Amino acid sequence: MFKLLKYSLYDILKSRFAILYTIFMVLVAVSIYQVSEDLAKVSLSLLNIMLMIVPLIAAVFATTHFFNNLEFTELMLAQPVKRRNVFLSQILAVIIMLSAAILIGFGIPMLLWGADESILILLAIGIALSIVFAGLAFLASVLTRDKAKAIGISLSFWIYFSLIYDGFVLYLIYSLSDYPLEKTTLSLVFLNPVDLGRIIMLMKLDISALMGYTGAFFQNFFGSAKGMFLSSSIMLLWISWPIATAMRIFKRKDF
Amino acid sequence: MKTLLLCLFLLSSPVLAGTVLLKPGDSIKEAVAKAQEGDVIILSAGEYSEHEIIIRKSLTIQGEGMPTINGKEQGDIFIVAGENIHFKNLRIINTGKSNIDDSAAIKFFDSQHCSVEGVELDNTFFGLHFSNSSNLTIKNNKLISRAEREYQTGNGIHLWKCKDSMIEGNHVEGHRDGIYLEFVTNTISQHNTVDGNKRYGLHFMFSHDNSYIKNTFRKNGAGVAVMYTRNVVMRDNVFEENEGPSSYGILLKDITDSEVVGNIFRKNTIGIYMEGSSRTLFKNNAFTSNGWALKLMASCDNNTFEANNFIANTFDISTNGSVVLNTLKENYWDKYEGYDLNKDKIGDVPYRPISLFSVIVEKIPSAVILWRSFMVTLLDRMEKIIPAITPENMIDNNPKMKPYDLS
Repeated sequence: MFKLLKYSLYDILKSRFAILYTIFMVLVAVSIYQVSEDLAKVSLSLLNIMLMIVPLIAAVFATTHFFNNLEFTELMLAQPVKRRNVFLSQILAVIIMLSAAILIGFGIPMLLWGADESILILLAIGIALSIVFAGLAFLASVLTRDKAKAIGISLSFWIYFSLIYDGFVLYLIYSLSDYPLEKTTLSLVFLNPVDLGRIIMLMKLDISALMGYTGAFFQNFFGSAKGMFLSSSIMLLWISWPIATAMRIFKRKDF
Repeated sequence: MKTLLLCLFLLSSPVLAGTVLLKPGDSIKEAVAKAQEGDVIILSAGEYSEHEIIIRKSLTIQGEGMPTINGKEQGDIFIVAGENIHFKNLRIINTGKSNIDDSAAIKFFDSQHCSVEGVELDNTFFGLHFSNSSNLTIKNNKLISRAEREYQTGNGIHLWKCKDSMIEGNHVEGHRDGIYLEFVTNTISQHNTVDGNKRYGLHFMFSHDNSYIKNTFRKNGAGVAVMYTRNVVMRDNVFEENEGPSSYGILLKDITDSEVVGNIFRKNTIGIYMEGSSRTLFKNNAFTSNGWALKLMASCDNNTFEANNFIANTFDISTNGSVVLNTLKENYWDKYEGYDLNKDKIGDVPYRPISLFSVIVEKIPSAVILWRSFMVTLLDRMEKIIPAITPENMIDNNPKMKPYDLS
């Protein structure tokens, strides 16, 4: 398993994409720190990067990586190693590379210019979303044989979760505004990892506005550590289920 | 004749500056009954258990080493009606708890030139209760109520139909309303700290010509609410951390011809909520990290918002209609994205502080959950380019490029 992981990681580093992605992250972080006056503004600008760019790159990169390594994977499957280990080594390599890029890319500017709690949480959200979208991309990849199709599916996951879903929720809230929809909205938001990350950040940045909600349910949810705990555990669910499903399909797949 | 005068003088002088020293166990009521006009009753340190002490002549009740007067949860402790009655350095605890007679630690009726200074109140229903009185000094007192719910406690400093008074340097905590003024005129409140009260930090109605200077109102159940009043001056106060669905830095209802200058609004759900208010100037205030800096209802007119800082608020302004009869000018908005080509430090493009999404949230509060999503950012951008829903006249034509130095 570790040997496999080592070779996969080595392979990723050779592809140069990892280095480019890290440099891109450093550039983004440096420019945001240079432009913004205070840390609150830094986290606001970073929020958009983490919620939009990071999932997109994770989805595309994970899919291409899966198909570029398909021959290696097939070769490995002919060897006496567990299929589970082959799959896990591939996805872990991708996850480690994506997280390292975020950590190094934002870590260096943060060491230089400082950070606060909300920026650290933002980094965690970035890493979590990378894992979720890498998992979804692997799921898309094992579902089809065609690279182009798989990239298409990964991209539609991304568009769906970061744009269409919110539009749908907004439409629902707007057209059913006569009904008490608070609980429904909140649970709908839990069905989208991007929204979930956004809500965790909202609880840090806009808590005053969130407290404007009427209704004891929301007071309870946003006013205590419970809200943070619940959203983090559902994020964990989002991290685990695409990978688990993809692995189950991979185990039975006839290559 | 001379000897007679001397005798009279000798007889009367101890009466004029009479001092009565009490020790724990002595009855304050008896001492008050025996005392002459102008006497000073000094209570030495220790505990006195008494209530319903009625004072109708000018006396000074003074403590040495903070003596405690324990009302044992029965009715009022002091009831006062007169002139020149002063309370100094006492600790008064455990009044009765009744809404029928409004039990208070010290209750003044029809009094003039009275003062309460350096008094500590603990577990009182009403703290200091004044009605139909004038020329009062309420200074450096500490009022703490330990009720858990709003209906279990009265107001901290309660003035009804009073005038020409000074409320200064008090700390009021845990009451229903921290400072409550009704039909109170020409009164100054300054340097008070009003913290964690169950309903309003400051609550006044029909109280014209008053000033509120350098007070701090923090974490009160519903913030500060002021109504039906003209000529109010609010200067250099701090309103912070009033969070909740009906919680305001200040709620202004029917306030006219007033000034709100140099205040700081920080981390409130709503910084200022106003309706039916007119001709009020808002200048040099700092709105920081509020949910809504301003909720300006369409029933307000002729108000001016000038040279304020709006920084890191979730929404800068929201309103409930399309009519805007107020003026916004030369404010600093941190969300402003314009440019300044002629370098006069004023942005060349007007700023519209109402975003499309704040209009949506005003109609459907639960939509706030979508704030900062890509979808909402897109909608807001579109509205900025082609305004369709947001009120056209809510506009700052000369927004500042740099924040004002307000601290």
